[in-house]
Amino acid sequence: MLIGRVIGDVVATQKAASHEGMKLLVVQPLNLDGSDRGEAVVAVDAVDAGVGERVLLSTEGFSAMTSVGRPNSPIDTAVIGVIDSVDLIDGVK
Amino acid sequence: MILGRVVGNVVATMKNASLEGQRLLIVQPIDRAGSDKGKPLVALDSVGAGAGETVYWCRGREASFPFLPKEVPTEATIVGIVDAVNIPPGESKT
Repeated sequence: MLIGRVIGDVVATQKAASHEGMKLLVVQPLNLDGSDRGEAVVAVDAVDAGVGERVLLSTEGFSAMTSVGRPNSPIDTAVIGVIDSVDLIDGVK
Repeated sequence: MILGRVVGNVVATMKNASLEGQRLLIVQPIDRAGSDKGKPLVALDSVGAGAGETVYWCRGREASFPFLPKEVPTEATIVGIVDAVNIPPGESKT
């Protein structure tokens, strides 16, 4: 799992049938120091997260599709938590 | 899933039998601003996407799920045609 920030959403009318009724978010994965980690991805929303929130991002199929209760659905990324805080030991960045 | 733009298609007459009838499209991954990012790849199409359209596509084993119960050997499949990407101004930097 990765830490990410929700930066927007995607509207798609024509999509996989199993994606119907699900919110699609654009999430920017982050490094521990808060800087961008690679490119933004499209994730299904399992926790009703909003733009600007720091979230827990699942980037593997089984956990992602399980989080939204859609087994055998073409989902490889999901927002599975809204992060309140991250604590690091001194010196880690 | 990852945003991309359909930039072409691939014709392959001789292919794995499970790929019969499937459309092979070339997808250019894009960033949040819609600019090309990384290298194009070949993806199957499950939603009827066409050249020039913005799409989102799925990686890995899950990419074959739109075709169930048929087991199709694909590691990248287009699973949605994007109407709009809404990113507020404060989040729009690349």
